[in-house]
Amino acid sequence: MTDPRGPRFAAAVTTVVMVAVLLTGSGLLALAQAAVFALTAAQPRLGPYGLIYRTLLAPRLGKPAELEPLAPVRFAQAVGFVFAAVATLGYLLGSPLTGAIAASFALAAAFLNAAFGLCLGCELFLAYRRLTGRPLAARVPVS
Amino acid sequence: MDTTGLLVGGVALLAATAYGLVHRRRTGRVRAVPASAEPASPVLADLGVPPGEVTLLQFSSAFCAPCRATRVVCAEVARNTPGVAHVEVDAESRLDAVRALDIWKTPTVLIVDAQGRIAGRAQGAPTRAQVLAAVAPLLPAAAEPTEEKA
Repeated sequence: MTDPRGPRFAAAVTTVVMVAVLLTGSGLLALAQAAVFALTAAQPRLGPYGLIYRTLLAPRLGKPAELEPLAPVRFAQAVGFVFAAVATLGYLLGSPLTGAIAASFALAAAFLNAAFGLCLGCELFLAYRRLTGRPLAARVPVS
Repeated sequence: MDTTGLLVGGVALLAATAYGLVHRRRTGRVRAVPASAEPASPVLADLGVPPGEVTLLQFSSAFCAPCRATRVVCAEVARNTPGVAHVEVDAESRLDAVRALDIWKTPTVLIVDAQGRIAGRAQGAPTRAQVLAAVAPLLPAAAEPTEEKA
């Protein structure tokens, strides 16, 4: 469980970073953000933006009104990582349009979370499972 | 300055803002399902919807931040309103029902009337008032929800 304002702050920082990626077309900056996504997805407690929130901002704010589970945060970070990784490859391998489109998806997701508190796992996870999860009968090997 | 990035990113921000505004307006709102649209489904009984009760059938998933708040609201309404039950289903483990009932996001709450017909559905966390307003017309007049003193 975590203070929901932490991930919200992290999403705001991510939004700014993704805007910078798009304006500069920098593959290295996209790579840095991809690393942040990967680390936060694997170990939410070690996420650098969350650490900034907890050390600099949280002590100055009151206690959170409610706590949130960490699993939705990790899901959103994993989705962000996929887009940032594709953006990195696009920029570094000479396809800036691919880079810009992938970076824009990460930007849109981070912005929706920061500005509207949108939960990416709520929007995408079930749709993803519906499309990939096979009905039980299909898992029985056809002999 | 990367002009491509500026254009693509600008379009993404505009689209995201539009989506966010629509989403904020719709979240938690209970849409009434027209009487003829959905006949009583055998899937509902299979999910544990008790016969003869107005049921708040909640679909949740592991990666869903507002599912907990939705559970608290629905459980509280069920506890304080005679004739109302709350059933929570892990959507991922019941993909068959999820497909049959056309559920795409979590949390989704279906309002099932005492005859087992889906009378309404809400996507996103509803407020207590929204849930109460949705169940009230489905209850017999004697069992109107009792307002708790805050």
